[in-house]
Amino acid sequence: MRQLIKVLIVAVVLAGGTGNVANAQCKGFAKSLCKKELGAYLHDGNYHAAVLVEGEEAELYKTFYSDMEYRVAICGADGLPPIEFTIFDSTGKILYNNKGDGYKKFWDFKLEASQQLKIVVKVTTFPGTNEIPASGCVAIMFGFITK
Amino acid sequence: MNKKLNYLRGLILLIVVTLCFSVISCKSRQNKTEAEKTITEKKQPNAELLEQYKSAEKVFNALPTPLEIAQIIKGTGATFDETLLNQVDNQSNYTTSKSMALNLGIYTCDLSFASMYDQTTHIVNYMSAAEKMAKGLGIMDAIDENTIEKLEQNINNRDVIMEVVSETFLNSQSYLEDDEQHAVAATIIAGGFIEGLYISTNLVDMKKFKGNKLVSTIIDQKMSVDDLVRLLETYSDNAAIQELLGPLKDLKASFDKVERSKAPSQTVLDPKTGVTEIKGAARGEIKPETFLEIRNKVTEIRNVYVK
Repeated sequence: MRQLIKVLIVAVVLAGGTGNVANAQCKGFAKSLCKKELGAYLHDGNYHAAVLVEGEEAELYKTFYSDMEYRVAICGADGLPPIEFTIFDSTGKILYNNKGDGYKKFWDFKLEASQQLKIVVKVTTFPGTNEIPASGCVAIMFGFITK
Repeated sequence: MNKKLNYLRGLILLIVVTLCFSVISCKSRQNKTEAEKTITEKKQPNAELLEQYKSAEKVFNALPTPLEIAQIIKGTGATFDETLLNQVDNQSNYTTSKSMALNLGIYTCDLSFASMYDQTTHIVNYMSAAEKMAKGLGIMDAIDENTIEKLEQNINNRDVIMEVVSETFLNSQSYLEDDEQHAVAATIIAGGFIEGLYISTNLVDMKKFKGNKLVSTIIDQKMSVDDLVRLLETYSDNAAIQELLGPLKDLKASFDKVERSKAPSQTVLDPKTGVTEIKGAARGEIKPETFLEIRNKVTEIRNVYVK
């Protein structure tokens, strides 16, 4: 039942029935709340946000450059369970996972050599509930230190 | 069980009503500006639209933004050269949605470059040029009179200027994504990327080619060129994107000659700063003739679009 409801909700979101309203809310969420997680890092101006349902994943590929100091911030809207994110290097090796770090919302890093990293974001699930799965905006933002 | 069935019926009814509203909403959105019509002229069948949505929203390809490109260039110690920027006087030449989208990216890159190098005399002019492009594309709220005013009032405060430039890019991208004008958003990104590559390749002094830090950053663009082509291919049924793809695939062919190795990385956390350093991984090499080939191709592509 829960799975069926989840599929139906995802279908509605993908069909665009609530897409525009949800996307507009995502924009506001990303700008007003998630951007704050970047702290002293300058937001690069990129916008990556989507409405995700409990248990759903999104992937992001980005090339990061040597001699730059980056912060990746990943935030979920209120009402969503914690957002787990994992960062893989170009060979598929896990570099960081925030699950063992109290589901921390950001990770700071720099690179000796430029490379493309993959970021997998997953909305975790609330334990033992049989109600409608939670859905909400998840935003991924990048910042860097200006020199 | 009955309670569950009733609940499910209610949910399905809600979905049907929502989808009906969605159709009405889509119809009302057909009254778009000419600029939007040109770049989003081909309507997709539902299945393709769904795939495009999934591809655009669930798997993101993040390209370097104009601000990041400007920081990368500055980080190499390269100097500012205003002759490499697109002249603001050219703005009146851009009348089609494709040229406005490309040059919004190009002017935003030039603005980022000027901001990063504290070129106060250029900042307001480039922001005004970007504003004109954004307005022409029907992008509301991305840049307005208040933005220009804020820049003028803080012209000597680099942090504020950078913040404004970052927000401007975020506003235009998020507006287009919300409005499902993904192809226009991708065209702006392409414009900014082409300009950044044009500036960086033309700043390289061939007499100091070996060990040049700027050359290393251009080698690294091999990955971003791949990302850009992949992003644009998502919208390859769009006529404007199709035109862009040809020369960019040709540029990618030149970048394919650049050699890059892959190796697993190691992470080292600095407990004092909380910053993790990713050590090891890929190294790249480029021959001078390949570099010149890339420079010539990107110059050719860029010069067609800034005319």
